[in-house]
Order: sequence, then C-alpha cells, then structure tokens
Amino acid sequence: MDQDAVTWTLIGMAMATYGPRLLPVWLLSSRSLPPAAMAWLRYVPAAVLAALLFPSLLANGGHISLGPRNLFLWAALPAALVAYKTRSLVGSVLVGMATVAAARYLFGI
Amino acid sequence: MVSGMPANAQPDEQGPSATQEWMVGMSRAVPIVVGYVPVGLAYGVLAQKAGLSPLNTMLMSLVVFAGASQFIAVGLFATGAPAWSVIVTTLVVNLRHMLMSAALSPYLKRWRPGELAAFAFQLTDETFATHSQDLSLGAIRKTRAFAIHVTAQASWVLGTWLGLVTGQRITDVRPLALDYALPSMFIALLVLQIRDRVQVLVALLAGMVAVGFLLAGIEHWGVIAATLVGATIGVGVERWIKMRSPGP
Repeated sequence: MDQDAVTWTLIGMAMATYGPRLLPVWLLSSRSLPPAAMAWLRYVPAAVLAALLFPSLLANGGHISLGPRNLFLWAALPAALVAYKTRSLVGSVLVGMATVAAARYLFGI
Repeated sequence: MVSGMPANAQPDEQGPSATQEWMVGMSRAVPIVVGYVPVGLAYGVLAQKAGLSPLNTMLMSLVVFAGASQFIAVGLFATGAPAWSVIVTTLVVNLRHMLMSAALSPYLKRWRPGELAAFAFQLTDETFATHSQDLSLGAIRKTRAFAIHVTAQASWVLGTWLGLVTGQRITDVRPLALDYALPSMFIALLVLQIRDRVQVLVALLAGMVAVGFLLAGIEHWGVIAATLVGATIGVGVERWIKMRSPGP
C-alpha cells in the first residue's frame, strides 16, 4: 500500500469531515435566526439522538430483533427509567451496562 | 417560545472556576471514554491489518476523528478503492454533522472564530449528544465543552494507539458490557432532552425513519432523513396545537 497516497487521502477525508462540522456554526452562530428556524432547530437534538439510538437498540445486527435475546433493547428500560427518575447520566449508564453485563453472565446470551 | 432563551446565560468567568469546569466536562465525557477506547482499539487493529502504516493509522484518528467513517475507510483502503471514493464516502457518512453543528450554533454566540473552529473539529455524534444536556442553560459553556471534546478525542487516540501496540481487540468488552456504554448514554441523554409530548413524537418518528433506512440498506442517509422528517413534523404539530388552542 502506498502510504503517501493514504496520507493524502486522509487529508481529503479530514476536510470532508471538518467541512460539515464547521460550516453551520461558522455561518450561523453570529446571526439571529428567524423564529421558525429556531423552532425547527430546537427539535433537532431529540431527533438526532433518537435516530442514532433506535437502530442500535432495535436492529443491532442489521435486522429488526424484538425478542428476549435482544439485551440492548430490554436494558434500555431500566436505563431510561433511571434517567427519568434521577436525571443522572452516569447512574443511567451504569444501570444500563450492569443490566447487560448481568444478563450475559446469568443467561449466557 | 424559543426566542425566550437568554442570549448568553453566563460567561465562564462568572461561573465556577476553570478547573471545576474542566472536572465537570471530563466527568461528562466518562461514558464516551468507556465507549471510545475499545472501539478505537478495534479500529487500530483493523487499520494495521488492512495495511495502513502505524503513522497513518494514528493520523486518521487525529485529523479525521469520526468513528464510523474511519472503519469504512479502512475497508475501502484494503480493497484498493480510489482516493476520491474514500473521500466522497467520508463526506456522505459525516454530512449528518451539519445538522448537529446547526443545532448548536444558537448556543455559541460570542464565541471567537478560532474557538468555533476548534470546537467544530471535535464535534462527533457523542460529543454533540453530551452538549444537548446543556442546551436548556441557554448557552454552551466554553471550558466545559472543550474539556468534553479534548477528553473524547484523547480517549479515541489512546484506543487507536493501544490497538497498534497490542495488535488485538479487547476480547472482554462483553462481560463488562463496555459495548453498551454509548447506547445507554444516548438513552439517558434522549430522556433528559425530552420535555414535552411533541418531542416524544419527534423522537419516535425520527427513530423509526432511521431504522427504516437501516433496513433499506441506506443507513448513511438515515440520520439526516430522520432528523429532517422528525423536526419538520415537530414544528408542524407545534403550530397545529397552538392554532387549535389559542393561549391567553
């Protein structure tokens, strides 16, 4: 493998990654957006978080799995409950991980 | 309404000390670290096996810093794909960050251009998710944000380096459920993000659209499509509710 060519490709990749990350904050953060745009952007975090999360819970292997062996899905229930009740990020993460770890240990899934 | 948010809640100087803010940021990033180190390690192992030099393997984690696209790129390099296809694929996979960057921009007022440039460089799915927790404050706290970003990328680079020096993936992620650190972080942050029923609807819609795109085999467009659908319907429903019940 031509490592110099890889390095140049990496620089292209860096620009392709950095551009989308930079342009919106660069262009938008200094202006006041119209209320309609603000209202729309306010829903983006919930939509993005759900769009990133749901596939990893429902279709971890590339196809939908709702059965009892889908630990990622069922462990979401205690993790979400802890987040809702305690508003604690770390507590929720620990409960989620402990649930998955315990189920793997006990049931060998 | 949205415009009721304070333009800038409080500058860092008036709040807790910089050291305290660094501690808060680093502790916020703990789930990211737990998730990134094993995945970064796996990337380091795969990149080396695919034929990338150790230098290029590290360089990618330093200058690209985008998990999914780094794995895809390694696969493309291994098959001898042309440079332009690696770069275009990277662009497609990372285009979703435009939406995250746009969503954070109202909370980054008064930041200097250099600070914005540094901030955007380390904006990933996970660091974005962590910032979403602070949006109700009305502004993103600078020191805290940089602490989250630097900690996150440091753990990604550390994982990559461990993959290079050990040459083998961690086989023990499953007993400790390290692979559930990031999913459970997203669960918690989504729950913390949701404040009303319209947002529940937006999240459910977006999540289902993303799953649909995954099943259709076009998951790289899934997050973008899901966010466009979710946020647009959210605004529509919000307007509809207001029209039906004119407030005082």
